[in-house]
Amino acid sequence: MLLIDCPWCGPRDQTEFHPHGEAHIVRPGDPDSLSQEEWGDYVFFRTNPKGIHYERWVHAHGCRRWFNVMRDTVTDHIHATYKPGEPKPALPSTRPDDEKPGS
Amino acid sequence: MNRYSIFSLLRNAVNYHQDWQRAWRSPDPKRAYDVVIVGGGGHGLATAYYLASECGIRNVAVVEKGWLGGGNTGRNTTIVRSNYLYDESAGIYEHALKLWEGLSQELNYNVMFSPRGLLHLAHNVHDMQEIGRRGSAIRLNGIDSEFVSPTQVKKMVPFINLDCRYPVMGALLQRRGGTARHDAVAWGYARSADALGVDIIQNCEVTGFRIENNTVTGVDTSRGMIGAEKVGCVVAGHCGVLAGMAGFRLPVESVPLQALVSEPVKPILDCVVMSGSVHAYISQSDKGELVIGAGSDLYNSYSQRGSFDIIEETVGPVVELYPIFSRMKMLRQWGGIVDVTVDRSPILGKTPVNNLFFNCGWGTGGFKATPGSGNVFAHSIARGEIHPIAEPFSIDRFNTGALIDEGAAAAVAH
Amino acid sequence: MTQIHRLPRGGRINRDTPLQFRYDNREYQGYEGDTLASALLANGVHLVGRSFKYHRPRGIYSAGSEEPNALVQLESGAHTEPNRRATEVELYDGLCAASQNCWPSVKFDLGAVSSGVSRLLPAGFYYKTFMWPASFWMTYEKFIRKAAGLGRSPEEIDPDHYDKLHAHCDVLVVGAGPAGLQAALSAGRSGARVILADEKPEFGGSLLSDPAVLGGRPAAEWVDAVVAELGDLPEVTLLTRTTVTGYYDYNFLVANERVSEHLGPRNRGGQPKERLWKIRARQVVLATGAIERPLVFADNDRPGIMLAGALRTYINRFAVLPGRRVGVLTNNDSAYLAALEAADAGADVEVIDVRKDPDGALVAKARDAGIGIRQDSTVAGVRYRGGRIRAAAVMKLSDSGSDVRGRRDTVHCDLLAVSGGWNPTVHLFSQGKGKLRYLEDQHCFVPGARSANNPGHEAGACKAAWTLPACLARGAEAGAAAARDAGFGGVVAADSPAVDEVPEGGMRPLWILPTDHPVGRGPGKHFHELHNDSTVADIALAAREGFVSVEHLKRYTTTGMGTDQGKTSNLNALSVMADIRGLPVPEVGVTTFRPPFTPLTFGAIVGHDRRELFLQKRKTPMHPWHETNGAMFEDVGDWKRPYYFPLPGESMHDAVQRECRAARTAVGMLDASTLGKIDIRGKDALRLLNMVYTNAWDTLRPGRCRYGLMLNEHGMVFDDGVTTCLGEHHYHMTTTTGGAARVMNWLEEWLQTEWPSWEVYCTSVTEQWAVATLTGPGARDLLSSLCDRPLDDDAFPFMSMQAFPVAGIPARVFRISFTGDIAFEINVRARHGLALWETLIDAGKKHALCPYGTETMHVLRAEKGFIIAGQDTDGTVTPMDLGMDWIVSKKKGDFLGRRSHARTDTAREGRKQLVGLLTEDPVFVLPEGTHVVEPLRDSPPMNMLGHVTSSYMSPNVGRSIAMALIKDGFNRKGETLSVSLMDGGSHRVTVTDPVFLS
Repeated sequence: MLLIDCPWCGPRDQTEFHPHGEAHIVRPGDPDSLSQEEWGDYVFFRTNPKGIHYERWVHAHGCRRWFNVMRDTVTDHIHATYKPGEPKPALPSTRPDDEKPGS
Repeated sequence: MNRYSIFSLLRNAVNYHQDWQRAWRSPDPKRAYDVVIVGGGGHGLATAYYLASECGIRNVAVVEKGWLGGGNTGRNTTIVRSNYLYDESAGIYEHALKLWEGLSQELNYNVMFSPRGLLHLAHNVHDMQEIGRRGSAIRLNGIDSEFVSPTQVKKMVPFINLDCRYPVMGALLQRRGGTARHDAVAWGYARSADALGVDIIQNCEVTGFRIENNTVTGVDTSRGMIGAEKVGCVVAGHCGVLAGMAGFRLPVESVPLQALVSEPVKPILDCVVMSGSVHAYISQSDKGELVIGAGSDLYNSYSQRGSFDIIEETVGPVVELYPIFSRMKMLRQWGGIVDVTVDRSPILGKTPVNNLFFNCGWGTGGFKATPGSGNVFAHSIARGEIHPIAEPFSIDRFNTGALIDEGAAAAVAH
Repeated sequence: MTQIHRLPRGGRINRDTPLQFRYDNREYQGYEGDTLASALLANGVHLVGRSFKYHRPRGIYSAGSEEPNALVQLESGAHTEPNRRATEVELYDGLCAASQNCWPSVKFDLGAVSSGVSRLLPAGFYYKTFMWPASFWMTYEKFIRKAAGLGRSPEEIDPDHYDKLHAHCDVLVVGAGPAGLQAALSAGRSGARVILADEKPEFGGSLLSDPAVLGGRPAAEWVDAVVAELGDLPEVTLLTRTTVTGYYDYNFLVANERVSEHLGPRNRGGQPKERLWKIRARQVVLATGAIERPLVFADNDRPGIMLAGALRTYINRFAVLPGRRVGVLTNNDSAYLAALEAADAGADVEVIDVRKDPDGALVAKARDAGIGIRQDSTVAGVRYRGGRIRAAAVMKLSDSGSDVRGRRDTVHCDLLAVSGGWNPTVHLFSQGKGKLRYLEDQHCFVPGARSANNPGHEAGACKAAWTLPACLARGAEAGAAAARDAGFGGVVAADSPAVDEVPEGGMRPLWILPTDHPVGRGPGKHFHELHNDSTVADIALAAREGFVSVEHLKRYTTTGMGTDQGKTSNLNALSVMADIRGLPVPEVGVTTFRPPFTPLTFGAIVGHDRRELFLQKRKTPMHPWHETNGAMFEDVGDWKRPYYFPLPGESMHDAVQRECRAARTAVGMLDASTLGKIDIRGKDALRLLNMVYTNAWDTLRPGRCRYGLMLNEHGMVFDDGVTTCLGEHHYHMTTTTGGAARVMNWLEEWLQTEWPSWEVYCTSVTEQWAVATLTGPGARDLLSSLCDRPLDDDAFPFMSMQAFPVAGIPARVFRISFTGDIAFEINVRARHGLALWETLIDAGKKHALCPYGTETMHVLRAEKGFIIAGQDTDGTVTPMDLGMDWIVSKKKGDFLGRRSHARTDTAREGRKQLVGLLTEDPVFVLPEGTHVVEPLRDSPPMNMLGHVTSSYMSPNVGRSIAMALIKDGFNRKGETLSVSLMDGGSHRVTVTDPVFLS
């Protein structure tokens, strides 16, 4: 169960949010200039990375605002949340699960 | 290969079962094979088996990064059916179902395929229209399909609450549908493929592809380079990663799918019951556990874990539809990674790289297709031409728009 | 005679409150504070169940949630529950339980024939047989299913209710033994919000089973003092009878509190049976303790054999001495405490120690107490008769420990306590994605690195702190550290009370204790897993056949798959496999621990979200009128919509025919309140409309309405509706009932993520407006009678909107039509909806007004060939496929989905297209979903051209009408085709235009 830090509301339970797939996919400005393959790529093909994923979430049962999340799809660790239009945060240098010893 | 039967069991019992052979060898990889199959789940092992048994290609390796059947083969709710709407889907799932029906005998391994009947409930007018359309299409594809009334549903599942939040208005019944023992499918195919000479190599992770002139020549693995004339990738949950290694993208997203079982109880539910509108997929295993399919999370993840609210959203409808199960207990929950395409149909065919074939994107429903998928994939790899049953499932459909949209057709009004 | 095994004094039971209970139809007595298991043992009952596969008699093996054997059917009728662990069921007056998985009785069980032929039933035997003849599998399976399954499912409606709540805290402490109490105390004193949860009815954990002295007073008194202090801290929540069952990401944990179970089904006093806690914690301290590890020897499953720690619990906590002559079989020192305490309680005790020369302080103490110790020895078999063991055969071990030597001695004992050391309870840690580490010298897995998502600490026995002083100190440190990490400064660890520390000797790691025949080849069975009847021979077979990966081992032998989830068996299975393969244990692997820790009641997961509260029913403001006037309802999404309004004695068909006729000949009225409505404002609102609809919107003037189709980026229709310009930069959009939320999200998604600079504000106003639609030739007259303005075409033209009072109620009236006739959609504030409706009904009497439901709405629109998105479209249909090219603008430029229409498959000829169908027999109504085939054959398979999307008997057309999506439909108009019906029959149909009434 993720704990997601909504850029407008603060940390909230995952159940308040809906995910909406990969972020930073820009709709082509002139679709007619695209080949069928290029258009198909825009509509259907996604990065689906095993690792850092930049993705869109909406605070559906909260402020109803959309925002972006930088999350590791292997550990489900959320590295950052940020507003639409803001640049992608930098990649973390180490994987979080390797860092912290038990205590 | 030791033949399995009640007589071999008796014979071995005398000697305290000391003489059973390994179910499959544990060979070191050879330098090269005619075909390397990446992925030792049910589909991959079936592919290798049919390559060896039907296509005459026995110089085959299956490389698996973990243990056989450790992905979705061993994590699903074991439902087998072929009651799909579109001709293309009916083609491949019915091909699979026919193979299921003789699989235990063919493999000499009891995969416990039990056609105990599968009900698909309809809860509103839209559902009735949907099963009306699908039932008609299934029948006209030559597959068994019947409409049953709520009264008949009640007869099959006496404790069902017909008058639940969305009352049961009718159901679609496929009598030939049912369940199978999931692990046995992987093990049975592995044993038979091994006996035909296929090398099954576990704990061997593919780390890259060798590609020359846009043609695949082998795979790099954690146990070294393995040459291959042809490579078939059958990796649920990781197809995107492998495609990335080969330099192309797939219209696939990997999301968590969960399932759960109850504590075992004496037989009470004989058939499989699925409900889309009151989201509950349930059957009872031979051990007595209620096997319940949960929903998928909608975010990408490779963690093989899901969220607890999915469990709540799954158990709620089960109790609504079957109130007597309120006092039953969840024994175990688990998650798998499913590769979902936008039209909920698989991708099976050639790729931008020559001699590299992909079989993936089975989403939440791959188990039932295992024999059929492996069979047509084997023939496609062997011939270098895609088997007619597999042809509509090409990756190109996402460019041309020729989707096989079972999801859209079934789930519009929800 | 009752409670013959109850000790005369001691224990945490209330002897003043005796309780009567029934087990297998016999009456027994116990005391308040007992568990069912302790009460049964007090009465000398060991045999309580039959095993899963071989139906071997089984006894009470443990004293807690790890119990693999003592599963009972608790209560009967509506209150029944299968597979309850007798060791966890608290005794209440009138409790009634029965043994399971046996017939006719637990003492004489016919299923035990499977034990007689057990040699034929090794692990995985079912994969190897039951294949001939092929058609017989279903028959074989019937018997297999009956044999499995343990208890019986309830068959009546659950009379109990369940609660569910969220909780947030700084520090969650799981487990209230010495480490957990100290942790909670340290964290609690800092002012942190602490939740302390323990599965037992009282806090104290192992201290409740321990006569230890802490800080100069009995352990129980120390516990009481700590609990009292915790109780006084305002931010501390104490949860007994609460099992933390699941550890999910970001310190989200699920705990199940058994609120009133211990009171019995008749005395709950209105309280919920259970309560599910969904806890989000900043820090989690796991102080989950350890579970004792069994020893695996011949026939180690017999009733009368139990874990040594459990024996201590029965003696100290429940004042029950379950045997008179007690054997203790051990590989470590901890079991000597059981030996000493049993001897103290009056038992004859003899210890069988597998170690060559045990020399710990406790061993010396036992020797001093006169307890016989047979070292370098093992139990090679037991004699079992009449429900419990009678003696153990003891033999010397060979040097390596892998064989026995010498003669078989008989040690008479009616109880055999065993200890193979302790395994930290790491289940939750592992569930929380923590990595486990194997401690070679301790032969157990302990918590290693935590997941970064789940910060916290572990302390006590769950981290292999085996002595009481260590548990107390580590617990206090962990609690302080957790509070500190949760942001509380100046925290100090609570002081630990002084405790005498008894140094323990080492253990001898023998995982398979030999007997005088090779393991797996003689009469005795070595069970490493009691619950699912899995033996060492099964593991050896798995290894022989290549099922060596731990997951294969687990699945092939079913180890750890029982209701106990292998709490006592997992590590023994790994160790045995490691022995067989000659590998260190960690290289064999460790299985994934999955939630829940103990089985979780479905009812508790559901909580109050059941029956009426399962899922909301949305009702329109006019709903009360519909109900009192006999409407039949249809579920559309979450809405309850009137389906039709039958007059007394009228069938659905008759009602719909009457409603249809009335709407075309007089006035019909529909409750259209459920239509989705979105208020759209802002200077870029027009841009938005132009992007989300296929047609052009620039020319739409204030007060005018326009119909639009919405596509997804695949180019397929997903919703439709009428949008009205209310003023400059202000629009009122309507959507389908089912699509309202989807469209709203769709608009927001594009606005917020793709066009954030556009100034557009969307507000869902679906529930703010109630809508009554008047249609038919009398609609204008009826409306005229309730307002004071001209309604003729010039004053109020088609596709326009005007705001004026209707019957004195402020309204927006839309002159739009879904019936093809003149119609007015009267929108009023939701609170006036019912008044408007009732006024219209009254005023309508003069005009023969007829309220109609959704079915009539469907017929009326089909008569005119209007589509219903979601019924005549299914996500694979373009506007062109619907024959609606006219609504797809060629001039306005880009809009969502447009580019997709040019793809080869979407642009090709011969796609499925929407047409009308007329049946040869005009009274025959095609079932919706029926397929058009070509050619028609006697039997399937047949080539399908497409399917019937809508089909009705239309009284206004005077015959049946249907719409269908069929391949190349537009070019087939005029053709006669066949439909194939489910019953095998067929019918001829003519392809037409889908407009049946012009």
